[in-house]
Amino acid sequence: MSSHNHNHVHTIADDIKDKTFQDVSLCYQCGKCSAGCPIRYYMDIAPNKVVRLIQLGFYEEALKSTTPWLCAGCMTCSSRCPQEFDLAKFMDAVRETALEKGVEIKNKDIIKFHEAFLNQIKHFGRAYEVGLVAEYKLKTMHLFDDVDSSPGMLLKGKLKVLPHNIKDKESVRKIFKKTAKK
Amino acid sequence: MEAILKVGYFPGCSQTGTAREYDISLRKVIEKLGASFDEVKDWSCCGATSAHVTNHKLASALAMRNVMLAEQQGIEDMVAPCAACYNRLVSSQYELKKHPEVKLEVESILETKFQKDVKVMNLIELFTKIGTEKISENRKHELKDLKVACYYGCLLVRPAEITKFDDAEQPTSMEKLVELTGAKTVDWNSKVECCGAAHSIARRDIVVELSKKIIDDAKRHGANLMVVACPMCHTNLDMRQTIMKRVYPEYKEFPVLYLTELLGLALGMDEKELGIDLHTVKFNYNELAAEKAAV
Amino acid sequence: MKIGVFICHCGENIGRTVDCPRVSKACAWLPGVEVSVDYKYMCSDPGQNMIKKEIIDKKLDAIVVGSCSPHMHEKTFRKAAVAAGINPFLVEITNLREHCSWVHDDIEAATEKAIELVRMSVEKVKRNQPLTTIEVPVTKRTLVIGGGIAGIQAALDVANAGYEVVLVEKEPSIGGHMSQLSETFPTLDCSQCILTPRMVEVYQHPKIKLMTYSEVEKVEGFIGNFTVTIRKKARHINEDKCTGCGECITKCPIKKKAYNSFEENLAYRPAVYVPFPQAVPNIPVIDKEVCTYYKNGKCSMCVKVCGREAIDFGQEDKIVSEEVGAIIMATGYKLYNIDKKPDDSIYKGYGEYGYGKYKDVIDGLQFERIASASGPTEGEFKRPSDGKEPKKIVFIQCVGSRDESKGFSYCSKICCMYTAKHAMLYKHKVHDGEAYVFYMDIRSGGKMYDEFVRRAIEEDGVKYIRGRVSKITEENGKYIVKGEDTLAGMPITIDADMVVLATAMIAQPDASVLAQTVGIPYDKHGFFNEAHPKLRPIESTTGGVFLAGACQSPKDIPESVAMASAAAAKAMVLFGSDKLEREPVVAKVNAELCAGCFLCKKVCPYGAVEVRELITRDGVVIREIAYVNEGLCQGCGTCTASCPSKSVELAGFNNEEIFAQIAAL
Repeated sequence: MSSHNHNHVHTIADDIKDKTFQDVSLCYQCGKCSAGCPIRYYMDIAPNKVVRLIQLGFYEEALKSTTPWLCAGCMTCSSRCPQEFDLAKFMDAVRETALEKGVEIKNKDIIKFHEAFLNQIKHFGRAYEVGLVAEYKLKTMHLFDDVDSSPGMLLKGKLKVLPHNIKDKESVRKIFKKTAKK
Repeated sequence: MEAILKVGYFPGCSQTGTAREYDISLRKVIEKLGASFDEVKDWSCCGATSAHVTNHKLASALAMRNVMLAEQQGIEDMVAPCAACYNRLVSSQYELKKHPEVKLEVESILETKFQKDVKVMNLIELFTKIGTEKISENRKHELKDLKVACYYGCLLVRPAEITKFDDAEQPTSMEKLVELTGAKTVDWNSKVECCGAAHSIARRDIVVELSKKIIDDAKRHGANLMVVACPMCHTNLDMRQTIMKRVYPEYKEFPVLYLTELLGLALGMDEKELGIDLHTVKFNYNELAAEKAAV
Repeated sequence: MKIGVFICHCGENIGRTVDCPRVSKACAWLPGVEVSVDYKYMCSDPGQNMIKKEIIDKKLDAIVVGSCSPHMHEKTFRKAAVAAGINPFLVEITNLREHCSWVHDDIEAATEKAIELVRMSVEKVKRNQPLTTIEVPVTKRTLVIGGGIAGIQAALDVANAGYEVVLVEKEPSIGGHMSQLSETFPTLDCSQCILTPRMVEVYQHPKIKLMTYSEVEKVEGFIGNFTVTIRKKARHINEDKCTGCGECITKCPIKKKAYNSFEENLAYRPAVYVPFPQAVPNIPVIDKEVCTYYKNGKCSMCVKVCGREAIDFGQEDKIVSEEVGAIIMATGYKLYNIDKKPDDSIYKGYGEYGYGKYKDVIDGLQFERIASASGPTEGEFKRPSDGKEPKKIVFIQCVGSRDESKGFSYCSKICCMYTAKHAMLYKHKVHDGEAYVFYMDIRSGGKMYDEFVRRAIEEDGVKYIRGRVSKITEENGKYIVKGEDTLAGMPITIDADMVVLATAMIAQPDASVLAQTVGIPYDKHGFFNEAHPKLRPIESTTGGVFLAGACQSPKDIPESVAMASAAAAKAMVLFGSDKLEREPVVAKVNAELCAGCFLCKKVCPYGAVEVRELITRDGVVIREIAYVNEGLCQGCGTCTASCPSKSVELAGFNNEEIFAQIAAL
């Protein structure tokens, strides 16, 4: 991925480098990240393999993988990588790039969760859990999950029925507007 | 009249919701120890969970908005009791320091200029700042029947060069605090293993497996209580035990307390004042002690 | 003064960018130039003959050669000049290649520049003084620091050639790490069996002065003339009286207070001890830290049982001085410890592997001691924790090597080979045992090395898994090893009975201190620096000091032995004559001008500046002035540049010569 090549085309690997400030060539595929990843068993492609796909230029496969979306952001990989490659940050960048490029993502529920979460922040400034869960359920039609715990939580005052608004909501909305993707 | 130590406070979204008892117990404990909170006015979401995975600029800006507010309020150091908020607030400041072009961009989005750093502490660092001798001085009960597994989770200790807090693989700072209450701690293998984090809503199957693994490990090492310092971890480890029971019929409940609740008990408060009755898995110190004696 | 100018085309190297015939013609017009010619290959025989002919025919006083870098052929052209009868220092080389043709494209500009460069050299050579080489005497004795296999080999080679050797070793016995090994790859020879004959040869050699339990404290002097101060630490045993019978060791009551470092802390040793039975010399040492006598004076069991009255509690360290002409560094290596050192930012340790708290997670040298027939388990595979035979062993390579985050960026070279060896030794003894190796690459580049590793896999059934291990935890006496096989793309978890870590080979902890004592450079890892990584791997940049073995970089035994013999040969080159010739390009202080500020002494990297008294003929001291020791001076010119009164000048590059060059531009 030479950047002093005059005929250089900006690739997905460069996109990711712009977001993370690190080059994927750092990774020498030792697999320590995959070995320690708690979500490893649920992923279709091992974490180190996602890096390998980007290294070799197989961008579509990497962006379509469920792996980055299942990443819990626990940073076990980043803290143990002998090359000090921040893999968690790399996964964040892959997620963001997949959304930017409009790639078809298999983990639809997870996407909807993130959309619902961010909507709450945009409108109220803070995560309003009842709103979040309601929106998520409507988006996914998983209407009856958590039904057993919700009444209990409401009684305990853990779920506020009405959202708490911050005063300067406008400043938060402005942040969303200014960082929105074109 | 003892001087009141004032510390900045960034509650985070869950403190008013699912982690209500964390907020209750935290405020009660620091009051007993002679400190008070200066809450960041009109704070907003720190950008954890969803922002950094979908839009890194949004994530930086959301976090730094709160740092900006704290700086404007004159706060020099503040505590973020949620490990995710703590991690976002520390990481964002670190990123801005390391990459000046990011700093310029965020300043432009927020229409401000950052002058000073705001030191963000996690719950354990807070008590070091207040002074651990205050816990010993004010202790009313010796919780000697407890064998505690201290659970740190992920975001308190990682990444090590950013949080600069304790050891990322074999931390011991929470044990030191817990032992001040008279409880014993166990050495176990899952101190820094992930509980499943934000998959709590969209992939609860993952959370159930990961959190159960952690609880099983604590049981195997002889603990009768787990103590945490993060509301996400608590939700996963406490509330999700309902599902664990459903999926694994032979599963036995295991109490999980916030560090502040444990300290509160040692300082003489009871389960109800501290909000421990809001937990899914019941905990009562006297009952647990009686059980232990009966064995 | 008649000067000859000789422009070389260097084939295409110079000729392609610089118009050499034109340069030669232009230089013929320079004042003082008697003849100016060009030729395709000036360094060749016909080229040199041309130079000699011109010198003789035209009665030249000095010559300028426009050619490649002086590093390449200055010697060649100087020799030619001498053959034709002029002083070799009346030869100036103008670099028309590295300084001109190789760095420019524009032929016109490059040719103009070439003419300027030659003009500068012509002006300089007019002011050159004829210089004679400096001769220093040579002490034909060698100091070898370190008594491992490299030090032993070097000492024997020099001694067998008839020169005296002083061999200094800081441990009570020579032998080094090789004496701790069970068997060596790729032949699986018993390590001590092949080593101990050499150790005995050293001990008995009439030309080798062996000083064990000793350390070098000070090194003064220069190549051919070193004065070394050595501290012989007190053993509290009279070496002349002790016969090595071992009674004191057997009867010493303090049996469990100190760990035996030879056994890699897997076993205890008494307060009076030899590190291992085949120790050379076989003379014990009393450990003051744990011996009861030194605590309360109440025990003297060893005195009672010693038939030779060899115990000497009051013995003091002895300081001795040795004169040598060459020094060979052979101080070897240490293994990276995965423990956490709280205030150390370099050695971070491995928390995910337990920071050393798991008793059965051991390193390579500990495994060697367990496998060794003379070790704490007498060669039987027993776990350090409970003495049970391990049925499943996991070996992990690259622990601390190729790891920027917690260890070192370099590869330790030997671990792939010794891990294969370890796995094979285990399988040979425990037939129903399982051995797994986690690796990133297999580096087996020596003779019969790759075949050795294939043997482990194909004949002995060792399972190789390509990937690193993320974490090791303990559950009920078993070690849960979580790794990944990147070839199959699958996570691999193994419940092992024992884990062996191939930890990085690092420099000795006091290597940097010793390097500063001897006066040689070392790199950021503590390994001693060679003069040139490709062509001068045996010499350090300090004249007279040579490097052998792992103290220079990680390497295996055959390489260490080869390097040791090479170092011995280099040392003996110095002894080839009674006098050493040195280049006369050294600094000289003008005694009249020197004010005695000694700024030059402060900046000299070689410690070559001395303080002398300037005295009148009647012996009255006028003042102290600086004096440059010609033997030590390397001609770097730092003092010349620093002197505020310009009292120091560099012969061959004095102020007049340099200013003339600049003025000619």
